[in-house]
Amino acid sequence: MTSLLKRSVAALALSAAVLATPTIAAAQSGGSITVTYKDDIATLDPAIGYDWQNFSMIKAIFDGLMDYEPGTAKLRPGLAESYEISPDGKVFTFKLRDGVKFHNGRAMTAEDVKYSFERTVDPKTQSPGAGFLGSIEGFEAMQGGTATELSGVKIVDPKTVQVTLSRPDATFLSVMALNFSFIVPKEEVEKYGADFGRHPVGTGAFKLADWTLGQKLTLQKNPDYYREGAPKLDEINFEIGQEPVVSLLRVQNGEVDVPGDGIPPAKFREVMGNPDQAAHVVQGVQLHTGYITMNTKAAPFDNLKVRQAVNMAINKERIVQIINGRATPANQPLPPTMPGYVENFEGYKYDVEGAKKLLAEAGHPDGFETELFVANVDPQPRIAQAIQQDLAAVGIKASLQNLAQANVIAAGGSAEGAPMIWSGGMAWIADFPDPSNFYGPILGCSGAAEGGWNWAKYCNEELDKKAAEADAIVDPAKAAERAAAWGEVYKGVMADAPWVPVFNEKRYTMRSERMGGDDALYIDPVNTPMNYKYVETK
Amino acid sequence: MATYLFRRLVQAVLILLGVSLVTFVLLYLLPADPARQIAGRTASAAQVASIRAQLGLDQPFFVQYGRYLASLVQGDLGRSYLQRSQVSDLIASRLPASLLLMVAAIACELLIGLTMGVAAAVRRGRASDHVLMVGSFVTVSAPQFVVGLLLLYVFAVKLGWFPIGGYGTASHLVLPALTLGILGAGWYSRMMRSSMVDVLRQDYIRTARAKGLRRWTILARHALPNAILPVIAMIGIDIGLFMSGIVVVESVFGWPGIGQLAWQAIQRVDLPIIMGVTLVSAVAIVLGNLLADLVAPFVDPRIKLQ
Repeated sequence: MTSLLKRSVAALALSAAVLATPTIAAAQSGGSITVTYKDDIATLDPAIGYDWQNFSMIKAIFDGLMDYEPGTAKLRPGLAESYEISPDGKVFTFKLRDGVKFHNGRAMTAEDVKYSFERTVDPKTQSPGAGFLGSIEGFEAMQGGTATELSGVKIVDPKTVQVTLSRPDATFLSVMALNFSFIVPKEEVEKYGADFGRHPVGTGAFKLADWTLGQKLTLQKNPDYYREGAPKLDEINFEIGQEPVVSLLRVQNGEVDVPGDGIPPAKFREVMGNPDQAAHVVQGVQLHTGYITMNTKAAPFDNLKVRQAVNMAINKERIVQIINGRATPANQPLPPTMPGYVENFEGYKYDVEGAKKLLAEAGHPDGFETELFVANVDPQPRIAQAIQQDLAAVGIKASLQNLAQANVIAAGGSAEGAPMIWSGGMAWIADFPDPSNFYGPILGCSGAAEGGWNWAKYCNEELDKKAAEADAIVDPAKAAERAAAWGEVYKGVMADAPWVPVFNEKRYTMRSERMGGDDALYIDPVNTPMNYKYVETK
Repeated sequence: MATYLFRRLVQAVLILLGVSLVTFVLLYLLPADPARQIAGRTASAAQVASIRAQLGLDQPFFVQYGRYLASLVQGDLGRSYLQRSQVSDLIASRLPASLLLMVAAIACELLIGLTMGVAAAVRRGRASDHVLMVGSFVTVSAPQFVVGLLLLYVFAVKLGWFPIGGYGTASHLVLPALTLGILGAGWYSRMMRSSMVDVLRQDYIRTARAKGLRRWTILARHALPNAILPVIAMIGIDIGLFMSGIVVVESVFGWPGIGQLAWQAIQRVDLPIIMGVTLVSAVAIVLGNLLADLVAPFVDPRIKLQ
């Protein structure tokens, strides 16, 4: 502690000295932009970073074997130049690209691929995304500590890696484009140990130039990036600790190019009502669904009729109005732009009388009392109040439990579970654009265990089987067949009504006058608030 | 003096121990599961159990607390669950900003508070005295986030005199320091007023006046030095006030200090950071109080340290 104080006093003297001379604004070519965030940037370790803030930054610093066409959800080869899939869908052979170098100058090889996968799976890494690599052969052994290597990952030659899966997995290529399978250099990871996340070294379009914790982070263009024409920007400056309202003012003042936290809900109408400002907003869809879970393992929600009644009791249009129309009402778990979404699906229509009738049939003619858990960040409590009113209209008296997000998550995952949870603020946003991503952890049997994210504790083994069958359709030519199979799974889910799907949030990104590039880059399905690699300045 | 200091330091250690225990108990009782938070949405029960064991969270309470204390005495505050950085690094990188803000806030509150106090004492009983004292009441009672947002709106957004939040230059410092200092200024103006009123009643002031010294000379040379000392001695106690104030003020102005760090950590239930910031603040408060007590006898010889 004393050394801490000493250091700080010395640093105080320094910062006082800095204050004496006003900093000179860096005069850059058109290639430098400023993005603000309220919260600290957590680790930039691709095996660990898992929030919407650092997830896209990591994508700018590291690469995976697979990648997406900018602004789309279309997969394309990344660090792999090409790949082959065996007819049974279990063996993936990746041919690595020539001339890919890490930021430290060393060439990337097949060894690095194997090392990176194993690092993510190693329980010591404590990766929140290890489960995504669960289909690789040898995953259980390594997670359980009985093996130190993944038996399914073979180095054929320095430029070829062969991955064998324990089951056919149509999502595997998407997983290869996910941060948790990004390639890291062993020597740098070992050099920094647990602090690798603060000294990230990858193959990506940008490298970390400077990071003052809690204040500022600068990414600089990697001139040796393997892809021609990327990145477009020379430099991205992230300024941390700025309230969204303050960020918005600074955007309007021309000091900031993109407010990372978006347009604050309280200012939304004002911005959209002003044509000059609205012109700087890009609107798009998001792979997101906001939903209410009902604990299917405990009374009264163990009764299907009660769950259906709740589905009919919620006035989704009104809830959308509460958030100023920043969403569209939903009737199924998948968002509309996701393959597998069932067009023309009826779902449960808003019908108060019908709901009352179902409740009476279920033996609750006068309703019942229950609890609705909600994260205590605006606008979630307001939405929960609207839900509370809708429930009261059919006789269900729900008391609100306004808690910090982590506590709601803990309550939902506990063994006894929470009767009802409004998912807002913690809702599922797809990790990758694939229908399976909305099932396993949040609706499948595996997620219903203690500590899982399946807060409805919903487990339908028949649907689990159907889901596994859909994921076994690996051939990209049969993608439509697979999507249809997933559509059936979600129809099955809605028949059991463990959730009330409420809305799909839209996405709004604001950008300054000087930001250029296709609008699609600012509502990129896998990058928020934008695709750092391809946006440019005018 | 030496024995006094020794006794106070022992007391300080006990206080800090108590603070650490209470904080640890409170955080232990929170219904959040750090292992689950770290393990993420796709983790199996086995993964979560493995992380829990690696962090020692499967141990009984006193083992966990004992381990925390053991690493604490080695200067190790642990690693943030969510940022995965050393808590000591996170605090060290933010402490200078908070200290700078505090020093500036002390300067603000003294400048404003003492000026107001002296002016009110000199004009005692007149309208300006009443106005100043009511004003001091307002500054003491106004919530800091309101004051902060108000200043931000008027001076940064509307008038454009200062930057809208942020850190780096002297002009960034003015508004947050003022917001933080204005609360204390109210207290100081009242203390300064009464201290000054006391002094102005003393015989030697009357003597000075009788021998024909000018009004300003009497005030500046004879009254002020005697009146100001007991007030200045209170600064140490302010630290506690500031520690609670910076959480609000730093968040409003985007000032990258430990208050902002604490606020973020509380929202995300990042226990090691909450623990670390609490302890660092407790140390600051204990040291501040000790300082105030040590300085007091020099200022007022009637006070003896025992």
